[in-house]
Amino acid sequence: MESQHNEIGTARVKRGLAEMLRGGVIMDVVNADQAKIAEDAGAVAVMALERVPADIRRDGGVARMSDPAMIEEIQAKVTIPVMAKARIGHFAEAQILQALQVDYIDESEVLTPADEAYHIDKWSFEVPFVCGATNLGEALRRISEGAAMIRSKGEAGTGNVVEAVRHLRSIVGDIRKITVSEPEELFGLAKIHQAPYELVAEIKRTGKLPVPLFCAGGLATPADAALAMQLGAEAVFVGSGIFKSADPAKRARAIVEATTHFRDPSILLKVSRNIGEPMVGIEMDGLETKMAERGW
Amino acid sequence: MGLKIGVLAVQGDFAEHSKALVGVGAEPVEVRTPEQLDGCAGLILPGGESTAMSLLIRSAGLEQPIRELIEAGLPVFGTCAGMILLASRISDGREDQLSLGAIDISVRRNGFGRQIRSFESDLSVRGVDGPAVRAVFIRAPVVEEVFGDAEVLASVEYTFDGKGSLRVPVVCAQGSILVTSFHPELTDDLRIHEMFMVMIERSN
Repeated sequence: MESQHNEIGTARVKRGLAEMLRGGVIMDVVNADQAKIAEDAGAVAVMALERVPADIRRDGGVARMSDPAMIEEIQAKVTIPVMAKARIGHFAEAQILQALQVDYIDESEVLTPADEAYHIDKWSFEVPFVCGATNLGEALRRISEGAAMIRSKGEAGTGNVVEAVRHLRSIVGDIRKITVSEPEELFGLAKIHQAPYELVAEIKRTGKLPVPLFCAGGLATPADAALAMQLGAEAVFVGSGIFKSADPAKRARAIVEATTHFRDPSILLKVSRNIGEPMVGIEMDGLETKMAERGW
Repeated sequence: MGLKIGVLAVQGDFAEHSKALVGVGAEPVEVRTPEQLDGCAGLILPGGESTAMSLLIRSAGLEQPIRELIEAGLPVFGTCAGMILLASRISDGREDQLSLGAIDISVRRNGFGRQIRSFESDLSVRGVDGPAVRAVFIRAPVVEEVFGDAEVLASVEYTFDGKGSLRVPVVCAQGSILVTSFHPELTDDLRIHEMFMVMIERSN
């Protein structure tokens, strides 16, 4: 036993890892080789999953938590944090991922939801959770359930940034409106957002979400990353956009540079040149499943 | 305004350091390019992922200027990943990892374990008066060896997997270099940043 009391799994420790990932790129990888390419390119973390969202869309069927053996191979290969996805509401998958000691659990709409009424009680875990949100109310409901990081959902696997922009603008815009509200208006705003009053009041006080806000879903180019960062994202997730492109290593590196230097067009110009074909994108009208509509 | 202090802003929790610097009366300057180092009386290397930060420091052309400034005696404060970058030896790191060799310590990346083992603790730090310092460790590096002129200002007792309970250094200093394994920027306690400001005043 330690002579002083060491406390694990506190909100500060959980949110702290998200703080450390700020200004960085989290990349989806499906095997250890891709994880290595991501780390070499400067990823701050990898998301280990069996199929990237573009393939989940193509293949159809039920998408579940990945095989732990595959996640372990990735954990053995890289030194950066390894995240993994559990289905919405599937706390048993989350328990397995915690036993595996993944660094972050993504309760993700990219997988087929397991529970249509309840999300996971994330306070009961010591590993931190990230959850998706399309608007501020959804973000605050996830935070009240214990999420330590929020990512705007976008529309995963499309290579189309339009939904990510919509969700990010909605969240950031509503935060701004709260900061200029009168104290007596906060009760009404909490009701409109269907969110706890205390969290709305905290936004009024601090001017920001109580946990870091990252962006995900449809980012495919260095310019997409810079756009998300300028719109107020603190870091970006890139899924299918890297390993579904012609030259993943080069594109990954370019997106890392663009995320750091997101306000410097001369650097964005430099890193955008000759990085090979991007993934083929999909128009929103052509989608059979809108993943962002999963969860509430 | 107070002294201009650079905060390396290529990746990581640089915004928290900037906020802490404002709290101690300094003027933070986000550093992403070599020109932004001009006129800085000190430099902070924040927490983040040291592998990503290494790459981004190099691609931004910051490695050489930072090395020269350290050589010239610029006070530098590194937290977590910043400690790794400043250490003279890194065990278990990547071969291409940047090591500025500014302080005579050997560190092991993620030495306390994965995120589930990240923790908070109360520490007493030599040179910091008053109540204990609440220290937040996030996938923190472990100082395995202290040699040369480096001194230990604080340590923590921790139960390591397979090794049992050990006391390891978590705050070290050498000349005008200060490093912590934990993140003083994640709490409202400004005393470690104040300590760095005193180091800067003394170095002038």
